[in-house]
Amino acid sequence: MSDTSVVKLNMHDEAVRQLTVCNSCRYCEGYCNAFQALTRYRSFDEPTVSHLANLCHNCRGCFYACQYTEPHEFALNIPALLANVRANNWEQHIRPSVVSRLMQATLWPYVLITIVFAVLFTFVLNVSWGSSEPFYSSISHNTLVLIFLPLFILPWIALINGLRSYWGSIGGQRLVMADITHAFGSAASMKQLSGGQGQGCNYESGEQYTSIRRWAHQATMYGFLMCFASTSLATVYHYVFGWVAPYEFFSFPKLLGVFGGLFLSAGTASLFYLKIKADNELGSVQRRAGEYAFVVLLFLVSTSGLILYWAGGTAFASGSLVIHLAFIATFFVSLPFSKMVHGFFRLAALCREAQIKRLA
Amino acid sequence: MTNSVTAVAADLSKITTGAGDYQADVIIIGGGNAALCAAICAAEKGASVMLLERAPIAYRGGNSRHTRNFRCAHAAPLGVLAGEYSEDEFFNDLLLVTKGNTDEVMARLVMSKSSESYDWMTKQGVIFQPSLSGTLSLSRTNAFFLGGGKALVNAYYQRCKALGVEVRYNTTVLHLNINEGECDGVLVEADGVQTYIRAKAFVVASGGFESNKEWLQEAWGEAAKNFLIRGTPYNRGEVLKQVLEQGADSIGDPTQCHAVAIDGRAPEYDGGIVTRLDCVPFSVVLNENGKRFYDEGEDVWPKRYAIWGRLVAAQPNQIGYAIIDQKSSELFMPSVFPATQCDSLPELLQELGLPIDEAMRSIQQFNEACTDGDFHPTELDGLTTKGIEPEKTNWARPIDTPPYYGYSLRPGVTFTYLGMNVDQSARVTFNGIASKNVWAAGEIMAGNILGEGYLAGFGMTIGTVFGRIAGTEAGDYV
Ligand SMILES: Cc1cc2nc3c(=O)[nH]c(=O)nc-3n(C[C@H](O)[C@H](O)[C@H](O)COP(=O)(O)OP(=O)(O)OC[C@H]3O[C@@H](n4cnc5c(N)ncnc54)[C@H](O)[C@@H]3O)c2cc1C
Ligand code: SF4
Ligand code: SF4
Repeated sequence: MSDTSVVKLNMHDEAVRQLTVCNSCRYCEGYCNAFQALTRYRSFDEPTVSHLANLCHNCRGCFYACQYTEPHEFALNIPALLANVRANNWEQHIRPSVVSRLMQATLWPYVLITIVFAVLFTFVLNVSWGSSEPFYSSISHNTLVLIFLPLFILPWIALINGLRSYWGSIGGQRLVMADITHAFGSAASMKQLSGGQGQGCNYESGEQYTSIRRWAHQATMYGFLMCFASTSLATVYHYVFGWVAPYEFFSFPKLLGVFGGLFLSAGTASLFYLKIKADNELGSVQRRAGEYAFVVLLFLVSTSGLILYWAGGTAFASGSLVIHLAFIATFFVSLPFSKMVHGFFRLAALCREAQIKRLA
Repeated sequence: MTNSVTAVAADLSKITTGAGDYQADVIIIGGGNAALCAAICAAEKGASVMLLERAPIAYRGGNSRHTRNFRCAHAAPLGVLAGEYSEDEFFNDLLLVTKGNTDEVMARLVMSKSSESYDWMTKQGVIFQPSLSGTLSLSRTNAFFLGGGKALVNAYYQRCKALGVEVRYNTTVLHLNINEGECDGVLVEADGVQTYIRAKAFVVASGGFESNKEWLQEAWGEAAKNFLIRGTPYNRGEVLKQVLEQGADSIGDPTQCHAVAIDGRAPEYDGGIVTRLDCVPFSVVLNENGKRFYDEGEDVWPKRYAIWGRLVAAQPNQIGYAIIDQKSSELFMPSVFPATQCDSLPELLQELGLPIDEAMRSIQQFNEACTDGDFHPTELDGLTTKGIEPEKTNWARPIDTPPYYGYSLRPGVTFTYLGMNVDQSARVTFNGIASKNVWAAGEIMAGNILGEGYLAGFGMTIGTVFGRIAGTEAGDYV
């Protein structure tokens, strides 16, 4: 591990160098709370840099507005710097780190896992592709639970452990309700994505501000939460009330699932497009493939769900079900190791920020 | 890496007066705030506009890219601006800093158009933010640009693009071909080739001559070699010099410039805002010979940093050393370069390269002259020394608590004051007669209003108001 710590050390020195320039400038204070937090410090130790990094949402305003970007000798690139620090944090705290590092940076594990699951669902559960059997009848619900339960639980354990480890590393203290409400309020409205003054961000359009990323991210997040709610509700229906799927269109699980799926597909498709348009050099260049893999996976989760809905009663039903389940399973297995963790670390950072302000 | 820009000699044989087509209605010389405001206004009038910027795209925007706010009068809260700032109060502030060395009509013109400029700027895509931490004293008078001056410049270039302004980067204007106050065209150099471009109207907005060390030396002598230039290396003033040589009326004093004391380790050009050093009021400042030379605590730093540029410039080798101890180490904005830090004073003095005996004597004398009293870092506390020359009249506390910190100080030139005279419509005058088709805006004519001294944020106000006037007039003319 000695060589990774060297890399980390250099990155920290670089972070200190760049943040020190910002701290004597502060022109970007209006963009985001990372900059507002920065002005509290006179020097930057590792926990502080991590905290600032997880407050940054890579809007890139502070790059296009900076008078010290290359070719200037100060060579500032705060969005890329903080993106790298952030991803290093995830990889360091979400163990096993080897898996984190691999899945943050590359695409092929996602492909592989999806294939394995598709094969697993097909053969182990003996699904015959090309049948029009309705939902759930081709795989028994209990079998589904058997497969999905550990897939749900193990990643969450990794995630919770990782978050605790991160929280400790940034000096987080016992949370009170006010910190949490504050953080969730800010996350729910994606306040920071407004760019500070409602102008949006520079993510994909260079020096021009747009609000596309905010909307795309909003659609993705709420779409995801709706899909999640739909599945959870269906589970409650199944176990508590004994109502078995499929449900009618005008039922909560269906409505949430269909509209959530539409939002999620549209949101992730837009995020994908924005990523292509955006300048790679202002993000974590080494993790590009992993980031794409994550966006595409989310898109496929929802889109395959929508296809499944459309394919109900046709000869594509069983095939689409297998594929849909394979994507979902991949999503849950990779959850803490993929870009998905950014949301949790960000929430933690927002809680910590609320806490610091409360204690000040 | 920013380097000094080398001079190019104009090849006047390329000039073909009256021959060839107009390549644009209006040519704008420069690519900073004043130039952009002029380009936008001229284009909004329907004129075809060509903007010639000497810098490459990465460095476009001159000194304007380093700014953070503009000063703005307002009768009631306006956007991010709190309270009220009347034109009269604004004018009084100007009288104080210029010691009356201003032109009241011109100054009031700028002030009266400053508040409508706020709205105009917003319409062009400039976004304001509440005043930055550490600058609350300006929250009533100065509107801060979100992201600073480069974001403002970016917004204006976007607007120019939308209006169809032709922007040429890496294009240096060498010569304006003027006959009896009327300009026929400009000689420009791009990629080593000189060409002549004709147009109907011309707005000169190419800044001062602060980056021209040879010219600074004419005014300041050898000392200018050690000056650091806070802003762009591209403002070399050739256009200014050359238009003045062709009979334009000059205004302002060539030896006057806005110079502040900055960190001696700043880059020679383009260091910008971060090289400022705000520790002087809490320091003992020695020159190279280990001697104090001025009252470090005369007034709060925002009112004194500009005179320290000149003070340091007058010291041997144009360098000063600010020394503080642990007590004061966190009382000022963090500096971009780390201080030299030692646990004993002689060690620190040695590391700074100062004559130890002499410097120790100065500090001991200072320490002994400190008196008892309450220390208030944010206000004039009257905590003064007694019995040394010069006295330190506020914040005088002995330098006695390790670790000790040292910073070097050099003069950092912000901009020069010599410029061309203009009338109220921004037309350049030649022997008192307004030119038919040459206007000037920004730093290059700021001397019409700022005879001496400086009011924070006023440079951008002058550039915005006169840039708009010049562009509108030029657009109307063609
Ligand atoms: C570090 C720093 C901070 C400052 N902060 C503030 C502030 O907060 N508020 C404020 O009001 N003022 C501030 N000022 C002063 C302010 O920058 C100037 O008053 C203002 O920018 C002048 O605008 P301008 O358009 O006239 O000149 P500039 O913005 O300097 O533009 C001049 C342009 O002309 C171009 N040019 C030069 N020669 C030629 C040529 N021969 N051919 C073609 N193009 C040429 C240059 O490349 C440049 O684009 C600051 C200055 C500095 C250095
Ligand atoms: S990113 Fe650049 S402009 Fe923004 S605060 Fe940092 S140094 Fe200043
Ligand atoms: S990229 Fe955006 S969010 Fe991140 S530090 Fe810069 S301004 Fe803040």
